[in-house]
Amino acid sequence: MELSPILISLKTATLSVFVTFFLGIAVAYWVVRMRHEKVKMICDGILTLPLVLPPTVAGFFLLYIFGVKRPLGQFFLEFFGVKIAFSWGATVLAAVVISFPLMYRSARGAFEQVDANLLYAGRTLGMSEWKIFWRVLFPNALSGILSGGILAFARGLGEFGATAMIAGNIAGKTRTLPLAVYSHVSAGDMEGAYQYVLILVLISFFVVTGMNYATYVFQKYNRR
Amino acid sequence: MGELEVEIQKKFKSFCLDMRFSMEGESLGILGASGCGKSMTLKAVAGIVTPDRGKIRTEKAVFYDGAARINMAPQKRKVGYLFQNYALFPNMTVEDNIAAGIREKKAEKYKKVKTLLEQFQLNGLEKQYPHKLSGGQQQRVALARILASEPDILLLDEPFSAMDSYLKEELQLELKEQLKHFHGCTIIVSHDRDEIYKLCDRTMIMDNGVNLICEETKELFDQPRHMLAARLTGCKNISRAERRGNNTVYAADWGIELKVHCEIPQKLAYIGIRAHDFLPASPSKSQENLIRVLPGEKTQAPFEWILLFQNADNPQGSMWIKRERGDRQIPEFVQVKPEKILLLEE
Repeated sequence: MELSPILISLKTATLSVFVTFFLGIAVAYWVVRMRHEKVKMICDGILTLPLVLPPTVAGFFLLYIFGVKRPLGQFFLEFFGVKIAFSWGATVLAAVVISFPLMYRSARGAFEQVDANLLYAGRTLGMSEWKIFWRVLFPNALSGILSGGILAFARGLGEFGATAMIAGNIAGKTRTLPLAVYSHVSAGDMEGAYQYVLILVLISFFVVTGMNYATYVFQKYNRR
Repeated sequence: MGELEVEIQKKFKSFCLDMRFSMEGESLGILGASGCGKSMTLKAVAGIVTPDRGKIRTEKAVFYDGAARINMAPQKRKVGYLFQNYALFPNMTVEDNIAAGIREKKAEKYKKVKTLLEQFQLNGLEKQYPHKLSGGQQQRVALARILASEPDILLLDEPFSAMDSYLKEELQLELKEQLKHFHGCTIIVSHDRDEIYKLCDRTMIMDNGVNLICEETKELFDQPRHMLAARLTGCKNISRAERRGNNTVYAADWGIELKVHCEIPQKLAYIGIRAHDFLPASPSKSQENLIRVLPGEKTQAPFEWILLFQNADNPQGSMWIKRERGDRQIPEFVQVKPEKILLLEE
């Protein structure tokens, strides 16, 4: 069995969840604090779009923005000497974009579930907004945030459509596990596909079970 | 001694908040039905909600001035707010909760926490999490946390609404003790007249976003002059009334003429009689304000019973009478002393 898809997938999912985790939390905090309800709704709509669009459409947009002949793609190529499309980085980019809404929505829901009085109490006690975020809001939203992170990791691991569009299916370079399954099946090699399928099923199962366990532990700890 | 001056307006969907009051280092109670804007007033003072216009200031600082576009951050106002659910941080221990509002070095901080733990009888609970505490302990932690941040003003939002009634009275006494150490302005919001009576020097009656009356608590409860004040201070029997003579009024809802002991105000619109001011009587002794009882529904409470009755000679609206439980018999006649009749304006 060729091991490179496993390594590429794990590397991609790990790096992308790292980016998504912090980006999702920051954006969720920003949206939660928006005063204007309508602006909030529109922002939320745009940020959730990658979740509801077919991944190929998201991939199409990525190609449109970062393609070698597009302005942004050219900019990166000329100034940093980095070719984004059809590189390993593109698998990360695709995974981040597709898994971002899961992280963002989980974090937003978790923030909104925290009793607003806790934040008001922090303010009247003279705590700075920074301190309130790290010592009150974040710890009390942690179980929701963590489960969002785990979902985002699982989604990044399973990303197929957008990755195929922007990163292609280059063996040993951008061929992730889902792409490897597809390649083997399309070549009529069901035996080869089985192994990758089994690995994906196992990882996903452990991740989701781990999430359930984490939620259980946190609920027990945070019960009021 | 602190001063607080509030004069604010804010529009909501169902009502308009329009509050004007000032106070000086005393405890003020705001009494009103739920949803009349009591809590909103506190939130505006604390800076949690922003009024549409008006002014809030103390002798030290301007918290809010709509015209001058001043709106001080809640962090800087030094206003302690006791939330209805206490809003203890569930992820922190008792100790850390109390320390949350102290901005001093670590050693200093925990010395202060220790003093407060002692003052509020929370010794031994410092490492506990809030969800393990009883309602009374939670309240003490919340109060200790607020006092740790050294506020100039104390705002208590329905401090006992989340508590069982047997705990309430003990904690009210306790709170009264603790408040003695606090010398700034205190505002207590409640819909429970007993709480306000026990804890506040002055009482304000609020209805639909507006403060109607603000008086010395004792005076307001003993001699309410407005119908709403009488009702909110627990007067069960209120009837439309008209003047019939120098010392006589006619209670239109009950169909009785009653003698009163003092000058009848020009604007008299209602009279009120507290349910325990009706006394059993017999016509052979005195005829004054005598009512023949037509009994209705009787309700038993642990230590008293309550009877709905009408004037048997001219049965109209019902009145309430409250008697101690030992007093078994339903009286044939009741009487009310002229000085016990409350003369009320609209």
